[in-house]
Amino acid sequence: MRRFSWFNATSLTLGFAFLYVPMIILVVYSFNESRLVTVWAGFSTRWYGELLRDQAFLDAAWVTVRVAFVSSTIATVLGTMAAYVLVRGGKFMGRTLFSGMIYAPLVMPEVITGLSLLLLFISIGLDRGIFTIILAHTTFSMCYVSVVVSSRLVSFDRSVEEAALDLGCTPFDAFRSVTLPLIAPAVIAGWLLAFTLSLDDLVIASFTAGPSATTLPIKIFSSVRMGVSPEINALSTILIGIVTVGVVTASLVSKRRIVQRERDEKMAGQTA
Amino acid sequence: MTSAAVAGPAEFAPWKDPAQTPLIRFEGVTKRFGDFTAIDNVDLTIYRKEFFALLGPSGCGKTTLMRMLAGFETASEGRITIGGQDMNGIPPNRREVNMMFQSYALFPHLSVWDNIAFGLKRSAMPKDQIPDRVHEMLRLTRLEQFARRKPHQISGGQRQRVALARALAKAPKLLLLDEPLGALDAKLRQQTQFELMDIQEKTETTFVIVTHDQEEAMTVASRVAVMNDGKVIQVDTPARIYETPNSVYVADFIGDVNLIEGNVALKPDGLASLAWAEGAPEIIATAGEGLKDGARAGFVIRPEKVAISAERPEDRNNVVRGRILDIAYLGNISTYHVELPGGQVIKAQTVNNRRLSRRGFTWQDEVWLSWTDTAGLVLAG
Ligand SMILES: Nc1ncnc2c1ncn2[C@@H]1O[C@H](COP(=O)(O)OP(=O)(O)O)[C@@H](O)[C@H]1O
Ligand SMILES: [Mg+2]
Repeated sequence: MRRFSWFNATSLTLGFAFLYVPMIILVVYSFNESRLVTVWAGFSTRWYGELLRDQAFLDAAWVTVRVAFVSSTIATVLGTMAAYVLVRGGKFMGRTLFSGMIYAPLVMPEVITGLSLLLLFISIGLDRGIFTIILAHTTFSMCYVSVVVSSRLVSFDRSVEEAALDLGCTPFDAFRSVTLPLIAPAVIAGWLLAFTLSLDDLVIASFTAGPSATTLPIKIFSSVRMGVSPEINALSTILIGIVTVGVVTASLVSKRRIVQRERDEKMAGQTA
Repeated sequence: MTSAAVAGPAEFAPWKDPAQTPLIRFEGVTKRFGDFTAIDNVDLTIYRKEFFALLGPSGCGKTTLMRMLAGFETASEGRITIGGQDMNGIPPNRREVNMMFQSYALFPHLSVWDNIAFGLKRSAMPKDQIPDRVHEMLRLTRLEQFARRKPHQISGGQRQRVALARALAKAPKLLLLDEPLGALDAKLRQQTQFELMDIQEKTETTFVIVTHDQEEAMTVASRVAVMNDGKVIQVDTPARIYETPNSVYVADFIGDVNLIEGNVALKPDGLASLAWAEGAPEIIATAGEGLKDGARAGFVIRPEKVAISAERPEDRNNVVRGRILDIAYLGNISTYHVELPGGQVIKAQTVNNRRLSRRGFTWQDEVWLSWTDTAGLVLAG
C-alpha cells in the first residue's frame, strides 16, 4: 500500500471543493430564513413551502417532466431503430454518410438547432407549445440514444442473432427476443441520457416553447434574471436531491450485479 | 469404438451406390465477397446420415461453405440443393438445418433450459410436448442438473454441450458444426469427439463438421473434404485420403509425410519413376492421377512405410543411404530423421517391439532406407 501523502490529500480536497462548494452554499442558503440570499438569518423551511404554493413553478415542473418523459421515450424508439439499421442493415447507398450525419447534431451549437427548429415550426404554421418542445427534444436527443445503442451493437456477438434466426425466428422475432434483451442496458442508458438532456435543456426549449408552455429551466432562468430568490435555492436543492438518489441507486444496483456475476462465475468454475 | 465401425466403408457407403440420392448437392458454387473469391466453383454431394468433415487451413472457406447451407450467405454462382430443393432465397428460419456456432452463440439472458427450448417454441411442436423434448436433450448431453443455470454460470465444456443440445432439439435434417471443439483442451476434446459420434449415431442426423484439425476429421468423419483457397481438393473416406491422397497438398496436410520433388517418367503397370538428384537412382512408385510425362512432380511416402536397416536390402528397387540426424522416441514408436547425401531429410518410423537397450541405431549411424514400389505415390503439384 502506498502512503497517503500530503500532496494527494491537498489535491483531493481542492478538487472536491471546486466541484461541491458552490452546491453546498446553495443547499445551505435554501434553508435560510431571510429573503436576502447572502445574509444568514436562521434555519427555516419556509421557502420550500412557498415553492409548493407557487402555481407557475408547479406548472413548469409538470410540463418539464411530461416533455422529458415523452420525448426521451420517442427518441429511444427512433434512436434504437436508427442504430440497428446503421450497424446491422448491411451495405446500402450512403450508409457512411448517414452514420456521420447521426453525429452532427451532437456537435451542432444548440442555438443553431433551436433556431432552425423555430424557423421550421413557423414555416409549417405549427403553434408553439408543449408539442413543439417535445418534437425539438426528440430530434436532438435521438442522436445521443443512437450513439449509445450503436456502440453496444458494434461490440455484440452477431452470431447470437444468427443463432436465433437459425432456430426459426423471423428477423423481427430475433430482434425482439434476443437483440433487444441484450442491448437493454444501452437502451435504458440512452433513455436516461435523453431524459436528463431534456430536463436541463434551456436553449432549445426557449426557441421552441410558446406562451402556453414553459419548462422549469426557462422559468428558473427568467426569474433569476430578476434577482436570485431563496425559492430558486429550494427548488435547486430538491433537484440535487433527486439526482443524488438516482445516481446512488444506479451505482448500487450495478455493483450488486457485478458481485452476483463474480459469484456465478466462481460457481461455474467449480462445476467444470 | 463401435461408432467408428458403423462409419466404416464396409457398412455405410452411400456415395458408392448410384441408386442413392444425396441430401446436399453443391453444383458449381462460387461465392465472392466483393472481388475476393471465398468459394471457387465447388461441386460436392453429401448423403443422409453421413458425418461429413470439411477440413482445411484457416481462411480456406469452410465457414463460408457452411453458412451457405445455413442460409446466412447466398451463392454468387451455382446451385445448392438440400433434399432436392433449391435453397436459393430460402431464409435461415425456413430451413430444416441447424447450426452449432464456433462461438456457441448461447443466449446469455436465457437459462440452459430456455436456450434448448428456444427453437422448439418456434416450431410446430405442441406446447405440452416441449418440456419432454428439452428433457430428452438434457439427458442426451448430460446437463440435467444445470437446466436452471444461465450460460455464464456453467463451464466451457458444459456450454458447448448446451450449444449442441440446442441445435439438436428441433431434430433437424442436417446439423452443421463449426469447429465445435475448438475451445476444449486435448483430453476433453477427444472424449467429446466420441460423444459426438455417439449422438450422431443415436439421432441419425446428417452432420457436417468444420475443422482445421486433421486428426479430428479422421476420427469422426465418414468422409472428409480437404479444402484449400476456396476449392475442394479431394473428397474421400479418411482411410483413402490418408492412403491415396490425390495431390501433394492433401498428402502434406493429412498426417506426417516425406516429400521429394523431381521429374517424372511414366512407366507401365501404373507406376512412375522420379529423377530427383544427380547420380541417385530413380525412385519407383505408384503414379497418382493426372500425372504428365516429363513434368515436375512430388514423391510422397509416409514415414511408417520407410524401412530402416544396417545392411543394404537386396530385394527392393528403392534404396538410399543416409546418416541418422535425430531420433524421436515416442514410447511405442521411434522416428528416425535420416539425412541423404544431397541434404534431404527423410523420416522413417519403426514400431518399438524390442527392448530399448537393443535398439539397433544411434546418432550419426550410416543406415539404409528402403521402400517397396507401391509404398509411395508420385503426385502432380
Ligand atoms: N462477410 C465477409 N466479407 C468479406 N470477406 C469474407 C467474409 N466472410 C469471409 N470472408 C473471407 O473469406 C475467406 C474464407 O473465410 P472463412 O469461410 O471464414 O474461412 P475458414 O472458416 O475456412 O477459416 C477469408 O479470407 C475471409 O476473410
Ligand atoms: Mg471458420
